[in-house]
Amino acid sequence: MLNVGALKEGYVLDHIKAGKAMTIYHDLKLDKLDCTVAIIKNARSNKMGKKDIIKVECPIENLDLDILGFIDHNITVNIIKDSQIVAKKELKLPKQVVNVIKCKNPRCITSIEQELDHIFVLSDEEKEIYRCKYCEEKYRGKRNK
Amino acid sequence: MKHLMSPLDLSVEELEKLLDLANDIEKNPKKYAHTCDDKRLATLFYEPSTRTRLSFEAAMMNLGGKVLGFSSADSSSASKGESVADTIRVTSCYADICAMRHPKEGAPLVASMASSIPVINAGDGGHQHPTQTLTDLLTIRSLKGRLDNITIGLCGDLKFGRTVHSLIEALVRYDNVKFVLISPEELRIPSYIREDVLKRNNMEFEEVERLEDAMPKLDILYMTRVQKERFFNEEDYVRMKDFYILDKAKMDLAKEDMFVLHPLPRVNEISVEVDSDPRAAYFKQAQYGVYVRMALILTLLEVELPC
Repeated sequence: MLNVGALKEGYVLDHIKAGKAMTIYHDLKLDKLDCTVAIIKNARSNKMGKKDIIKVECPIENLDLDILGFIDHNITVNIIKDSQIVAKKELKLPKQVVNVIKCKNPRCITSIEQELDHIFVLSDEEKEIYRCKYCEEKYRGKRNK
Repeated sequence: MKHLMSPLDLSVEELEKLLDLANDIEKNPKKYAHTCDDKRLATLFYEPSTRTRLSFEAAMMNLGGKVLGFSSADSSSASKGESVADTIRVTSCYADICAMRHPKEGAPLVASMASSIPVINAGDGGHQHPTQTLTDLLTIRSLKGRLDNITIGLCGDLKFGRTVHSLIEALVRYDNVKFVLISPEELRIPSYIREDVLKRNNMEFEEVERLEDAMPKLDILYMTRVQKERFFNEEDYVRMKDFYILDKAKMDLAKEDMFVLHPLPRVNEISVEVDSDPRAAYFKQAQYGVYVRMALILTLLEVELPC
């Protein structure tokens, strides 16, 4: 595999669906970070054929695991310390996400009150259905865009 | 502090307790006449409503309480751009409990999150109208003596009718309730009610088009109005609005102890000749709406009840 230099401390997001790394980069607001961020596209993968990887050289505390779990809970999160993988974080579908997606229901109160947080609640874990906390409209967009 | 946003906010046990209280109020109204003497209800109605607002006001007055509020967005600070959260914060200083109707879905929930007084959802767009469902449940239980072991026919606009959806969601919590869903093809129940509510709870149900075929098996017939505002073109509305008209001839097919309910207002889906039939319970239902709202106000205000 292509080696983009070992991380000393930080985290690696592995098993990202091929072609989705840039979307995740923006959704996690990694562009706002000062630290080193490496994006690897179309890396070979035994499991997935092709995959994307993101390496971030900053503490894991800055990563919003809820957003990542909402986007794709199959992504692997490896935590690196002293250039070694010291832990793997398992992602779960978050119980709720705040200001990640917007309610598109024109009858929802969020359509007229702009300062309200857009909150979506996991209503069916099996079917992975999120509903707007206010109007209960089902989120119909793709999470793993 | 509790609020009421959806009929499912109440457990079956809490609901039974509330309906018991409503029935006691019905039997002994004088006992409750001064239970809210020092309390105020704010009715924040951002869109017009006749029955709901008046029944809330009547409920509070019957308990000895006072009522303040507005009955359209134009006569409130909403017309100046005030948020729902700010309005309820201010209202909390003036009243002890609030009933809110708003055309936008989720507005009463937003209010409840900012409120220091109990908030009752008095209807938010096409979303929820929990006090109508409580009214329906009280009416059925009072007339039939039970909420389980019944066959209920729901007739008319089953696609857009929120009262129908809420009633189904509330009734699936009881044993042996059978649903007969009577509607034209275009106004059938939405798939999420069919799949996520009826099928998931293993409820027995059938979907039919002819009211006549369903009549003999029903314990309750819940009629609904086809709402003009739900249609994009006049032609479809005109075709649908007269699809079902309950008249004396159809009533002759029903059981002697069947009851007809309707959330009102009716247009022409129930012929006026049915009004004199002792099984026509829709005006009695409006009266039950006051009792259940009285019980709800007492419950949410945690008023100590008279012995």
